[in-house]
Amino acid sequence: MAELSLHKLVKRYGDTEVLHGIDLSVKDGEFVVFVGPSGCGKSTTLRMIAGLEEVSGGEIRIDDRVVNNLEPKERDIAMVFQNYAIYPHMSVRKNIAFGLRSSKMAKADKAKRVEEVADFLEMTTYLERKPAALSGGQRQRVAIGRAMVRDPALFLFDEPLSNLDAQLRTQMRLEIKKLHQRVGSTIVFVTHDQVEAMTMADRIVIMKDGHIQQVGTPEDVYRNPANTFVARFIGAPSMNLIEADSTGDTVRLPGDTAVALTAPSGPVTIGIRPDDLRPVAAGGLLTGTVSVTEPLGPETLIYVDTPAGEMIAKASGRTPPLVGEQVQLGADIADLHIFDRTSGLAVR
Amino acid sequence: MSATEIRPTTAGVLDTKAAPKPRNMGQIIRWLLLFAGGIVMVMPIAYMISTSLKWPWEVYNVNLIPEEPTVENYLYVLEDGRFYWWFLNSIIIATATTISALFFDSLVGYTLCKFKFPGRTLVFIAILSTLMIPTEMLVIPWYLMSQSFGWLDSYWGIMFPGLMTAFGVFLMKQFFESVPDDFLEAARIDGLNEFQIWWTVAMPLVRPALAALAIFVFLGNWTAFLWPLIVTNSTDMYTLPVGLAGFGDEADVAWELIMTGAAISTIPTLVVFLVFQRFIIRGVVMAGLKG
Repeated sequence: MAELSLHKLVKRYGDTEVLHGIDLSVKDGEFVVFVGPSGCGKSTTLRMIAGLEEVSGGEIRIDDRVVNNLEPKERDIAMVFQNYAIYPHMSVRKNIAFGLRSSKMAKADKAKRVEEVADFLEMTTYLERKPAALSGGQRQRVAIGRAMVRDPALFLFDEPLSNLDAQLRTQMRLEIKKLHQRVGSTIVFVTHDQVEAMTMADRIVIMKDGHIQQVGTPEDVYRNPANTFVARFIGAPSMNLIEADSTGDTVRLPGDTAVALTAPSGPVTIGIRPDDLRPVAAGGLLTGTVSVTEPLGPETLIYVDTPAGEMIAKASGRTPPLVGEQVQLGADIADLHIFDRTSGLAVR
Repeated sequence: MSATEIRPTTAGVLDTKAAPKPRNMGQIIRWLLLFAGGIVMVMPIAYMISTSLKWPWEVYNVNLIPEEPTVENYLYVLEDGRFYWWFLNSIIIATATTISALFFDSLVGYTLCKFKFPGRTLVFIAILSTLMIPTEMLVIPWYLMSQSFGWLDSYWGIMFPGLMTAFGVFLMKQFFESVPDDFLEAARIDGLNEFQIWWTVAMPLVRPALAALAIFVFLGNWTAFLWPLIVTNSTDMYTLPVGLAGFGDEADVAWELIMTGAAISTIPTLVVFLVFQRFIIRGVVMAGLKG
């Protein structure tokens, strides 16, 4: 187990800077997930931690050691790759044992360790098989096994579930979480899937364009997004954003609805989660026509065309409004998020 | 579509009759072309074996089946001590050159493919450009090199031009492109040095390419004639093709003996092909597997 800290971490490719001074501390035993759209710099950050990319500026520390110039093998880390990176010409046993190649353990101890890991991952019966004879989930387990066998200070996962189908992804998500609970290692996990981030992380790091947008617990980033990007990125469906004008104690929404809300005077963006926006009989914030419904079983998502644009709300699964129906949408004032319209930063 | 045609008879009862298969002219032409190609390929080999079974007086007859087949030529060649010596020379040279070319071509191909360094493209182009120079133009500089290094009439002299091949570098580089970097990075994290990564991880993943290259290089060196002829002086240093060409005397060429030697010399090439062919096929099959 180990602590990880990134201090003013910069990455440049030629004249192009892709990471602009990342600061982050990961506590011992913490499960941190980097999430963000493609090209945000999350995988680059992970690869720099692993030692697979050179550091252009700043500092990476694992425990008390600055590892900027250390080879990957000297960093006491293990990494699981998106495409598993298990060697097709080796059996499962050899693949798992591969992580111990440069270890000074006795041969018998290595064999015992491989058996232990295989047992932990429920792969004992597959030890002599080649990867071609395994399913996607089993291959990913082998990749995790190869990482586990070395008992590293830090686990790095680079989008390890992206190649799996939805059902297997859910299952592996759970297994990785269990692994973390049992082993207690420090884990840095990269994904572009916000559901993965929300369900697995102790803390989420949301990135965009080489900058950290927000770091917080899943609850925190969901309930208190730092800006409109985080507000839109975290949560499915995305948060509804409404352009409005504030007079200081009143916010006027499109459709001329006035809401008693304390916000800085001037143009603001109001954010409402679809979970918090529901059809109401009267006194709604917005009025509009239902354009699409998506039944989810217990609830139904409704897409409503309003003067503020298309809003997504949740309605009862038993008696949802019908397409074409006129509805009023209401929310608790406490559930409204207010952002500065120019900077996009949260003001409440 | 079924090939069965159903049509009403005069009695009003449905009559089923197999419809004639439409003649596929394209297929017929394809088969004819393949047959012609097969003949072109097989005939020289058939004549080689046929001539090796003929008496000298029948060599210039074009009949494929010898009038009086004999194995005398085989006995003569096998009893000639020089043949074994040339055979051994060829085996040593072709094997050593193949091992060397596999090692260096894949090492250079891997380096050019997986490492970024200034001038990488230039180096690759320079290596490739040597493919455009015919052997006939190279033998003079090779000879001068051999002479200045004292390699004339030695194994080293015969082998050195083929120890690394531009074609092999190109072939291996292209194959290494298909090896995902993640494999190499995973090995790097697992503590292997760059040479170990190449040898333990990358090389087993390009076995089909290595097998193909082994066949090309072995056959190329086994059948090489011009350079071994130029660089060797003593009969003991001859390779099989050079030695066989010398059968006979100034007045007459002993074609039946040359063909006998050639027929025997095809055996190692067949063995090499049969050994490495399964790696190529396995590689193709493995590449087709999906997870």
